[in-house]
Amino acid sequence: MTSPTPSLELRNLSVSYRVRGIERSVLRDISISIAPGEAYGLVGESGCGKSTAAFAAMRYLPRNGSITSGSILFEGNDITSLDEDRIKDLRINAISMVYQNPVNALNPTLRIGKQVAEVFKLLGKSEEESIELTKEALRKVQIAEPASVMGRYPHQLSGGMAQRVVIAMAIASNPRLLVMDEPTTGLDATVEAEVLDLVRDLRRESGTSVLFISHNLGVIRTMCDRIGVLYAGSLVEEGPTETVLNAPNHPYTVGLLRCIPKGGLNKNSERLDTIAGTPPSLGANLPGCVFVDRCTIAVDRCKTEKPELVDNGSGHFSKCFLSDQAVNMPRAKVPVSPNAQATPTSKSPLLEIEHLSKTFTQDTNDVRVLTDIALSLGEGETLGLVGESGSGKTTLARAILGIISPDEGSTISMHGKKLDALLGKRSAEEVGAVQIVFQNPDSALNRRHTVARIVARAVQKLAGKSREESEELAQNLLRDMSVDALLHSVKPSQLSGGLKQRVAIARSFAGKPELIVCDEPTSALDVSVQANILNLLVDLQKRERVSYIFISHDLGVVRYISDRIAVLYLGRLMELGTSEAVFNGPHHPYTEALLSSVPAIDGSQRVRIRLGGEIPNPSKPPSGCVLHPRCPRVAGSGVEHLCTSVEPPLAEVEPGHFMRCHIPLTNLEKLQSK
Amino acid sequence: MGKFILKRIGLACVTVFIVTAAIFFMTHILPGNAAERILGPFAERSNVIALEKELGLNRPLPVQYFNWIKQTLSGSFGNSVQFKSPVEGVLFPSMLYSLRLASLAFVIVVPLSIFGGVVAAINRGKLIDRIITVGGLSAAVVPEFVWAVVLVLVVGVKLEWLPVTAYPDDGSSISTVFGYLVLPSIALVLVLFGYISRIARAGVIEALDSDYARTAILKGLTKRQAVNRHVLRNALLPTIAVIASQVPYLVGGLVAVEVVFNYPGFGSLLLTSVQYRDYPILQAGVLVVSVVIVGMQLIADILFAVLNPRIRQKVSE
Amino acid sequence: MSSSPISLKHTAAQERRTMRKERIAVLRSNKAFVAGVILVGFWILCAIVGNWVVPQRPEFLDMMVTDLPPSGAHWFGTDGLGRDVFARVIVGSREILVMASLATVIGTVCGSAIGLVTGYFKGRLDLFVMRILDAISALPVLVIALLALSAVGGSSAVITVLIIGFVFTPIIARTVRAAVLGESELDYVAAARLRTEKTPYILFNEILPNVLPPIIVEFTIRLGYAVFAIATLSFLGVGVALGSPNWGSQVAENYSGIFIDTWWSTIFPAAAIATLAIGINLIADSVMEAFEL
Repeated sequence: MTSPTPSLELRNLSVSYRVRGIERSVLRDISISIAPGEAYGLVGESGCGKSTAAFAAMRYLPRNGSITSGSILFEGNDITSLDEDRIKDLRINAISMVYQNPVNALNPTLRIGKQVAEVFKLLGKSEEESIELTKEALRKVQIAEPASVMGRYPHQLSGGMAQRVVIAMAIASNPRLLVMDEPTTGLDATVEAEVLDLVRDLRRESGTSVLFISHNLGVIRTMCDRIGVLYAGSLVEEGPTETVLNAPNHPYTVGLLRCIPKGGLNKNSERLDTIAGTPPSLGANLPGCVFVDRCTIAVDRCKTEKPELVDNGSGHFSKCFLSDQAVNMPRAKVPVSPNAQATPTSKSPLLEIEHLSKTFTQDTNDVRVLTDIALSLGEGETLGLVGESGSGKTTLARAILGIISPDEGSTISMHGKKLDALLGKRSAEEVGAVQIVFQNPDSALNRRHTVARIVARAVQKLAGKSREESEELAQNLLRDMSVDALLHSVKPSQLSGGLKQRVAIARSFAGKPELIVCDEPTSALDVSVQANILNLLVDLQKRERVSYIFISHDLGVVRYISDRIAVLYLGRLMELGTSEAVFNGPHHPYTEALLSSVPAIDGSQRVRIRLGGEIPNPSKPPSGCVLHPRCPRVAGSGVEHLCTSVEPPLAEVEPGHFMRCHIPLTNLEKLQSK
Repeated sequence: MGKFILKRIGLACVTVFIVTAAIFFMTHILPGNAAERILGPFAERSNVIALEKELGLNRPLPVQYFNWIKQTLSGSFGNSVQFKSPVEGVLFPSMLYSLRLASLAFVIVVPLSIFGGVVAAINRGKLIDRIITVGGLSAAVVPEFVWAVVLVLVVGVKLEWLPVTAYPDDGSSISTVFGYLVLPSIALVLVLFGYISRIARAGVIEALDSDYARTAILKGLTKRQAVNRHVLRNALLPTIAVIASQVPYLVGGLVAVEVVFNYPGFGSLLLTSVQYRDYPILQAGVLVVSVVIVGMQLIADILFAVLNPRIRQKVSE
Repeated sequence: MSSSPISLKHTAAQERRTMRKERIAVLRSNKAFVAGVILVGFWILCAIVGNWVVPQRPEFLDMMVTDLPPSGAHWFGTDGLGRDVFARVIVGSREILVMASLATVIGTVCGSAIGLVTGYFKGRLDLFVMRILDAISALPVLVIALLALSAVGGSSAVITVLIIGFVFTPIIARTVRAAVLGESELDYVAAARLRTEKTPYILFNEILPNVLPPIIVEFTIRLGYAVFAIATLSFLGVGVALGSPNWGSQVAENYSGIFIDTWWSTIFPAAAIATLAIGINLIADSVMEAFEL
């Protein structure tokens, strides 16, 4: 069997960065081979070196980076030490890149047209030709009005639009290899789905090889033929996508897949598995297997010898001495018995929100970020808040907390008593009762204070304890959250992301919280750490009977942890109901589109419903139902005339299930079951 | 855009107003006045009072200030106390001299420091970078008069390359005038270079480290092409603001340099007027200086807004 | 958990120690920093012990020994009034160092306070204060100082210190304000409000510790400019007590000597000014770099 020359080959490549005077290993002896026309996914958590691998393929390393050993081959030619001139030619004609943050990747002071045309000029086209080709290129990436976009500046584009432009620039030269570094991270779910669809279509047309970098296994699954799993700069497993994801052979891959909340799992049925410990620090000296410190089946040999690549057949390799035992490795925690009672006992609702609206005034424009929200939340219940950019979910959270004051006429009540809109006017008990865990623990914890001080101060102010008492109580709280006593006198920058988030959670429990808003609490964390935090939150809820409003863009996580779900679009509540009702359907057309755009990690495919167009500007909302210009179910619904003219009210279509849609539930059911 | 410009001009006027009022009150509130100074410490009290009345110094301060504004707006600055002649006749010629000197310094320092900053940034970490950065900032912190004295000694006296007063005889050719102005300009340039080049360097470094510079390289541009087409236009934007902020230091530097070189510019005039408590000249001088400085900042602001698409778009909405 | 609690703390503490060690190592190896410390240290030493160490008294006039070039008896020569230049230069360090330090401290404290308040509250207060700060920076330091000092009579060290401090305030306020604007966006500030913390606590206990690095950097930079301003003012004949051996007036008094080849009485004080200013600047530069790590 003669295999064709690989499009890209990394052979025993090692790369290191010089940080503060010391060389640190970022890639350790990795070997990857991408066949022509193949899409190879490189997967790993933060710090594993995947971006470095992507840039190495482009022969582009930062000022302090260097290739310490190994080689890079493009179409069989060694390009490791190729001079800049030749590399430049390759970049113009053969290899292109798509970046993680598309708006930043474009020059803010040049118009889009000029930037895209530059690519064609480098290919030798004349000025006029380049402009024409630019228009065509933009059309090819499904930009409806190329001329208009060409005259704009990058900051005027949405993330999705900017990424299309970057893709247009990348494919302009018909490259033989396309390197994509987390191209859809940070984009809204529906936008991400569109961009991925586009990339798939383009690939099919041109047969380009793709090196696709991502931390999102679901995305990788839908895009790539083969995948490689990277951990601490080392390639631990590699093989055809389906094989690796269905039958992983390395303890890390197994652990990773177990951490992700899948399908119909929810907090009451099963705890998430976790991977103990944290990844090694950048450039650490690892004599044995890179994963040994966190592996549950490690033996002595793993600490001292580097494992070889084990062939598991049909192109599936793993770097482990015990790869056949990996799939059955013990779980980190004992699963909870399925009958554990966690459904909230129905009493009077804890939190009630009525007619909540918020209007921001920007210069002279009035922007209505939230319109007439009505919600209620019971004790010990989790309400998942779902929505894309412009949905207003962060504003809603902050209004409940009192950080933002909502418009006149909005009421927020706890236990029937109205909460003052201004935080400063609420009592200490009221403030302590409603707390938040922020998305970014680096921003949420004062980096100049020690962990103990952060929590103790909160106890002092919210629970009204004395200084000494607070210190002791803080120690207990932190120990409760598995933050070891020896770390209490440490500043947050010394802690890992997961530990920092635990400190933040400990702080939120300082008073007697009855409601905690979790604003994307695990989005900045790695998957393995995320599972840990989610388990912690679930445990705390069971013990303290605290309610959560859980905001996340990750629908799998929301489904796992929420009892009820609210779906927001452009500041309006589109759907509200139990987790099962909202996820299984029949559901609101927007929910339907949202759910279908999330690539599932277990490979299950929903019918893909596309939402055309872009999220409208909140200062100029569409007439009637705000979704109607993009709604996939408007045509043929029979109520089109209503959708365009009258905003539908939030109606109870089933007991406990609310929807803002003109289409009757039975019709939706019929349409969505096809 | 027009509204933006008008608003900025309005704010500038307010600033000038605050400045002149503040200086006026400050100089008049503290003890000692012009009449006493002119007549000397041994003068008769009655003579002093008579002169005070003549100069209008016995009126309440706000009235004095108001009179001064009225007078200025109608085009006259009053009479100089030390020269006993209209202020304009003394002030404007001196400002012209200073303008010559300042312009030469400005014309040398702006391109030089931008070039220095760009070179330092592109060669970040290498020796040339350290020399430009550390050297520039060290030079900036040494007072102009020290540079002036050293330059006079080394270049003027020991080497005899250039003349040591800045004021040639009337009727000399342009090149002679220029020759006389070189040394004092260098003293000013040495002090201004450091800060501007540092900001230019920082701007270029930020642009070089940016994602869009990376995109330019990965598109296939050479480093030089990337710098010229993408990096510089973004990097030099903040430099405009900093150049405007250096104008006050330029003006301040004129005073010391003109003293060392015995140059009859505005700086020397300011010094003598201060010694004589010559308020008409001081007030007029402060007004003109603040107009120039605030005006330069205004131009820089507007230029920045015009060149920066983000602000330009926001402004024209 | 396979990593024991003890090893966890050790790793955290180790990280901290290695980072600090690395920072210090970088600083120490930074030749500029070392040079700066040596220069400034030398002058501080002179300021403290100068008076007792110099061979001649700085005020001692001797019309028999005027304008002598540097020699064994007079290391820096004598000036036009027969005074020993070396003694005058060494002793002159005290005045300028004390004044510059005081002025910078005043400016830093006031500027930081203003920056904290305007950066946190923003709104109309911010706009109003920024207007006033703009007005203060619309005139050169020197001009304001000249005007103020002339009004008082010309020789007041106190007024000089106050004026320079006053003029530094807007510059420092602007830097601090920018830093505070950035900090107040961060979530820990919202978290503090969600603990019912009052504004003074938030400003001084939450935000201030995080804006200390830029404040320190500004302080060291301003110190250099304070030396600059005081030297220039004393050169122009204002701002310092008459008769004291300050460097600026030494240069002014003896400047004409350059043309008749008695350069030492001018150049040595000028060099003193230069070395002190440059020394401070080298330290400031290195500190700034260190904080960027």
